[in-house]
Amino acid sequence: MTTELLRLQDVRYRYPGAKEDALRGVSLAVAPRQFHAVLGPNGSGKTTLVRIALGGLTPLAGRADVIDRPASDWPRQDLARLVGVVPQREDNLFPQRVRETVLLGRYPHLSLWGRERAEDHDAVDRALAACDVAHLADRWLWTLSGGEYQRVRVARALAQEPKLLVLDEPGMSLDLKHEMGLFELVLGLVRGQGLGVLMITHDLNLAARFADSLLLLEGGRPVAAGAPNDVLTQETVETVFSWPVAMQTVDGRPQMIPLRQPKESGA
Amino acid sequence: MKWTLLVTVAVLALLLSVVLGPAAVPLSELLRSDIVWNLRAPRALLAFLVGGSLGVAGASLQALVRNPLADPFLLGLSGGAGLGAVLAIALHLSGPWALPIAAFIGALAALGLVYRLGLIGGASLDPRILLLGGVAIGAFAAAITTAIVSLADAAELRNAFLWLWGGLSGASWDSVLLVALYAPIPLAVLLAASRPLDLLALGEESASYLGADVERVKRRVYLAASLLTAAAVAVSGVIGFVGLVVPHIARLTWGHRHRSLLPAAFLGGGALLAFADTLARTVVAPRELPVGVVTALIGVPVFAVLLRRWTIA
Repeated sequence: MTTELLRLQDVRYRYPGAKEDALRGVSLAVAPRQFHAVLGPNGSGKTTLVRIALGGLTPLAGRADVIDRPASDWPRQDLARLVGVVPQREDNLFPQRVRETVLLGRYPHLSLWGRERAEDHDAVDRALAACDVAHLADRWLWTLSGGEYQRVRVARALAQEPKLLVLDEPGMSLDLKHEMGLFELVLGLVRGQGLGVLMITHDLNLAARFADSLLLLEGGRPVAAGAPNDVLTQETVETVFSWPVAMQTVDGRPQMIPLRQPKESGA
Repeated sequence: MKWTLLVTVAVLALLLSVVLGPAAVPLSELLRSDIVWNLRAPRALLAFLVGGSLGVAGASLQALVRNPLADPFLLGLSGGAGLGAVLAIALHLSGPWALPIAAFIGALAALGLVYRLGLIGGASLDPRILLLGGVAIGAFAAAITTAIVSLADAAELRNAFLWLWGGLSGASWDSVLLVALYAPIPLAVLLAASRPLDLLALGEESASYLGADVERVKRRVYLAASLLTAAAVAVSGVIGFVGLVVPHIARLTWGHRHRSLLPAAFLGGGALLAFADTLARTVVAPRELPVGVVTALIGVPVFAVLLRRWTIA
């Protein structure tokens, strides 16, 4: 049995001053070589779940462990050697080149006064190559397209040489080609390098196509969890997203098509 | 290459401020002259240390408040120090150290108030509130300062006014020694925070995912940069624009990695202030301009150009 990289067990969280729980009864486990996606409408608790999984918030009840240790107990630098994150948003205050920004992924491996070693530059080269952005290494970040920029940010997370990769809505504002390309890249890292992946997304179809396991949240509670075919049934999707849909199967995975007319019997 | 150039410029600025002055000292007498040893040399070194400290404090604070146009004095320290100094003048506190100590205490009081304001939202230090709190505390202190100055007699008023614009005429070997012993501690703290400061440019969330202990870094950098600025303002008054313009120019040449940026800002700030002080002493000799006037006259046009560049890019 492989050790799980991330395990949330019956997690409950409520923001200070809030009237309702942001998360309740949420469990989740990500093992190496596993692509796990968390789905849900806006405000369903996806971002809170990421913050708890990464130790930014401590659950009020239940546990959130990264490799058998509570996530919020890890020193940040040690955690950054195990978990690479591609956050949903960030704005770079200063103009930076691609290689410089990927090198930031090596910071958790450097000692306080030490310089970057040859192995750090090797890790950067490998990460650039793995994400197919090596040819962009000397470009300024602001000259990149949205898809290239996302791949560079994945490369920065890979340069951390993590065991677990967490991506928060990485496909947002990408066109079809770049979105598919990004998912293929992430799946390739899972299959090829044995990474565990936790991806937050609201794209049901892509999650169903690529992920091994899904967790569907609504209002901070788990609605369904497991293999895509078990989670994405017509009834569940219609209930959670309050819209009528038809389901089809592509490559053995469920795919959702929103319908035009709300049905009389719809939820 | 660029380091060689910068070190050369720094050495030249120091030499120039030892060689030039209102009193003509022949080059052959330079090493034996009392004027050089007791007046110009300590003054040049103090200018260099203060300028360097302001450069490093400015570069660090710009990364901390995530605003490339932040100045170390924006955080209310100048207002607090000015109030302390003017109080010392108005109360006729005597002794060579009365003024610096009063200014230092004023700066520390402002630092404490702004820091407390920065924590207003809870346990996490909010850089935006630091900035706004700094402006508010600075304005409040300046109002009290102006009230005191308006009640003072003419001689006191002139002293206070000159002090507020900065000057290094009080330099002595004692003050050089004091700064040389004090400054390395906050400087080392800031240099040790170089990598987390690089990460902070991505935002606090990303920085923590890349291994930075964000809350600790913010507190350390704020306190170290402020203590550095407080000491600088205590021995030399309010010298504007060094901490704003020097980090900017350093960024253009050295990039945004603080491990090279901070040392470059130190050398650059030191060179600029040593040079500015030489001008302040010589252009209207035998009288003297407040050095803050010179740095502002050099700094504001440079700042305008940088601002334009920044807004376009």
